[in-house]
Amino acid sequence: MKENVSSLTEERIAYLEGLLSQARTAAAVFTQYTQEDVDRIVKPMVSAGMEQAQHLACLAIEETKLGVLEDKAIKNMVATEFVYNYVKDKRTVGPIREFPERGLVEVAEPIGVIFSLTPITNPTATVLFKCIMAIKTRNAVVFSPHPKAWRCCYEAARIMLETAVKHGAPEGVFVCVESPTLADNAYLMAHKDVGLIDATGGQGVVKAAYSSGKPALGVGPGNTPVYMEKTADVDMAVVDIITSKTFDNGTICASEQTVVIDDAIYDSALAKFAELGAHICDERETELLGRTVIDPATGFMRPIAVGQKATDIARVVGLSVKPNTKLLIAPIQGVGREHPLSVEKLFPVLAVYRAKSVDEALRVCVDVNHAGGIGHTSVVFSRDEGVIRKFGEVINTGRIIVNSPGSIGAIGGVYNDMVPTLSFGCGTGGGNSTTDNVNVYHYLNIKRLARRTQAPMWFRVPNQIYFNMNAVENLRQFPSRSTIIVTNPVLEHAGHVEIVRRNLPPQTHVHVSVIPEAEPEVNTVMQALEALHFYKADQIIALGGGSVIDAAKIMKLKYESPQADLEELGAPFLDIRKRVVQYPTEKTNRLQLIAIPTTSGTGSEVTPFAVLFDKERGRKVTLADYSLTPDVAIVDPQFVMSMPKVLTADTGIDCLTHAFEAGVSVYASPFTDANAMQAIRLGFKYLPIAYEHPDDEEARTMMHNAACLAALAFSNASVGVNHALAHAFGARFGVAHGRANALMLPHVIAYNASVPTKFMPSPHQRAYVAHKKYATVADLLGLGGHTIEEKVKNLVAATERLLDRLDIPRSIADLGISKETFERAVPDLVKIAFDDPSWRPTNPRMPLLSELAELFWKAYEGRGLVNAARTSEQPTVKDDHAYANECPVA
Amino acid sequence: MHMPMNAPWLKIEGDSVGRTLQEALAKLNGAGGEVLLDFSAVHRIDPSALRAMENLAKSADDKATKVVLRGVNVDIYKVLKLMKLTRRFSFLT
Repeated sequence: MKENVSSLTEERIAYLEGLLSQARTAAAVFTQYTQEDVDRIVKPMVSAGMEQAQHLACLAIEETKLGVLEDKAIKNMVATEFVYNYVKDKRTVGPIREFPERGLVEVAEPIGVIFSLTPITNPTATVLFKCIMAIKTRNAVVFSPHPKAWRCCYEAARIMLETAVKHGAPEGVFVCVESPTLADNAYLMAHKDVGLIDATGGQGVVKAAYSSGKPALGVGPGNTPVYMEKTADVDMAVVDIITSKTFDNGTICASEQTVVIDDAIYDSALAKFAELGAHICDERETELLGRTVIDPATGFMRPIAVGQKATDIARVVGLSVKPNTKLLIAPIQGVGREHPLSVEKLFPVLAVYRAKSVDEALRVCVDVNHAGGIGHTSVVFSRDEGVIRKFGEVINTGRIIVNSPGSIGAIGGVYNDMVPTLSFGCGTGGGNSTTDNVNVYHYLNIKRLARRTQAPMWFRVPNQIYFNMNAVENLRQFPSRSTIIVTNPVLEHAGHVEIVRRNLPPQTHVHVSVIPEAEPEVNTVMQALEALHFYKADQIIALGGGSVIDAAKIMKLKYESPQADLEELGAPFLDIRKRVVQYPTEKTNRLQLIAIPTTSGTGSEVTPFAVLFDKERGRKVTLADYSLTPDVAIVDPQFVMSMPKVLTADTGIDCLTHAFEAGVSVYASPFTDANAMQAIRLGFKYLPIAYEHPDDEEARTMMHNAACLAALAFSNASVGVNHALAHAFGARFGVAHGRANALMLPHVIAYNASVPTKFMPSPHQRAYVAHKKYATVADLLGLGGHTIEEKVKNLVAATERLLDRLDIPRSIADLGISKETFERAVPDLVKIAFDDPSWRPTNPRMPLLSELAELFWKAYEGRGLVNAARTSEQPTVKDDHAYANECPVA
Repeated sequence: MHMPMNAPWLKIEGDSVGRTLQEALAKLNGAGGEVLLDFSAVHRIDPSALRAMENLAKSADDKATKVVLRGVNVDIYKVLKLMKLTRRFSFLT
């Protein structure tokens, strides 16, 4: 390539630069044109092309000595009229396609200067086609025709240019290289002003285009296999093949090359070919033909035969054929160099192969396809849809033409609904960047204007929630033949099971399944599951804390869908709506799950989560899916009146952590905010009372409700970093979940309220609002403070005071864990916390590993995080309107 | 941008961009280092106007004269950008 360029004289370079300068100026000016402008120009160009179709065909025949005048004229018409019919209503300027429901607009940007190489076989038609595409897309073109066809191409480009400029196109929009050489092409291909190379031609041209380093559309040679299967309409197939293969003396690269015919119809098909003007060669003639028209040294067709008539070829070869012979048919026994006629032949010589079976036929077609025709075109004649589909699967061509002529079929718009073209993309197999019929969209940079979208949000909760004292009486409205009550030994002993049993409809058969362990473990759940099958249960009542209810959720899942793989379902995910794992929807059994919580914290009675303890790996596995949500929740405080003080404190803080994290979650919505805020208000007011006065029915009731409200919030907005830290720490050191949360909570509030190192991507929120939402909580609690910073500090201080009042250890060190032990654990804790699904993608700050480590160490060191900024302020509760303005969420 | 009070000021009409630019070219000699061209009435430029602007830019460079374009719409600005001419002019909105 370099040698070629160095052979250019200064005058020739100046000439080429002049052409490029005109095109570049035209392309720049063209960017100002509107859709209406270009459409006004294209239409008369098409008319001019139609008017000059015969004239240009004459010039092409005269110059190239290839093809058939009438066919070339038709090709010129197809290149103008058919292409126009396709492009006339297409938008190619500015916004070209809109997808309002997806918030997307596609906007056209012209390429600029296109360097276009055109072939000797379809010279003027290709130029007309590319001129129309270029004007329609506001591009300028520098044409470099095949050296043996440049005069007719120059004339075609001149006609198009004159017409276009007359109707308003910028001067210089088409320029054509006179007497082009390989050196010219090399120079232009590498030129900085060329935006795209569109190379229609032989392999050399296409390869040079792709080697130039420029974006290129390369469209190269083919070797079209045809399968005529035994169910084919033989009469139609033969006419189609003759029509196609003789069109312009076979110069269209999509024309048929080797026809593989099923044995059952082989003789009749050949007889039909002969009847309609084909000469069927005998073995000697085939050998002679192959030796003459195919160069044995290269294995490719000899240029002397390209685009010539069958009778002329026969004469050169020395065959005796009838004067009206249209086509020479040569039976071959295989594909490859030893069967020379199995390659591409751009002249009216067709190879045929007799196949004994569909399998053999397809194999031979694959061989032909791979003998220089990958990516281009293939043809199948059959009435068997299975055969057609199989052919489509095994043959690698951009166009698979069914029951139609190959060449005219591939052009598109005549025999089928493909896009009309004079350039066939051959895909990677052909060294091309596309398998499409090249069209206007390949002459555009298509920009996408992507509007911010918000995925639909949700607020999914159990079908029914009953609350306040004696809510358990509502069990009477749920008839059941067989109910399993899942609980733990303590609750059974405390008489809670009996209360439930008393409130069930009298005819209900009840079995009690006691789960001994504090946290559900896989084997425990599987054992309990057996009872469901044994008693053919239709209802399960989970009476207990989060562990019992979580176990019941998993039992329900496995009972209804035994195929559910818990390990797989617990796989990590980023967005619950887009995760890889799908929970089973096919159910072999049906079971109603009623959850009756006996602690005021986890809120498991309304959540779609279940936590399993993985003993082998020493950590918790979280299952999350709305199908896990209980059908009914009964939030009856009579079951928590006897809750021990420590449990009251720990679960109460768990409740508050849920509410805080849901409140600042990037998935928060007005629906979750309402529940989270109310839960925080109730928690701060009633948790200390419930802790200090366990018999206070109002405090117990409000805390029980608060836990449920917080859970309604985090079921739909999720939790965050606090939970991730607590899960990791709690599992490692055997610390109760609520207590682990408490150790982290003040630090996480301060962390989330500060400017993030990394923001969490969130289309749901228009601004970072976590600090404002904490300030709003401070207002709601009447903590005082004038600035957001003061309010956040007051909230952290109030949280610390609450923890003190609940006698919760205020540091990990206070738990008796040595610094050395903790230091050794921190690296693992950080990794586990980072992998925990709790914070993804909902925590308002995306935590760095170093930040998680820092939070662990702050929790280790504990109290004294902040001093209250203004602890004596009176409540300053804002109205809802101000809150909405300050917290522009969802 | 500071503009000297004595800088020549030429209003470019939409239908005579090329001709007016030729005038501007002629004025470069006596421009006192700066010439201002008002494009606010020009909606589109054609290849000949573009060539005139290239010539103007070249002459201005040769004579060390600053050419300030005022009121150039973004479509024309993009044309100048594609022709790598924006760095040769100053722009006033």
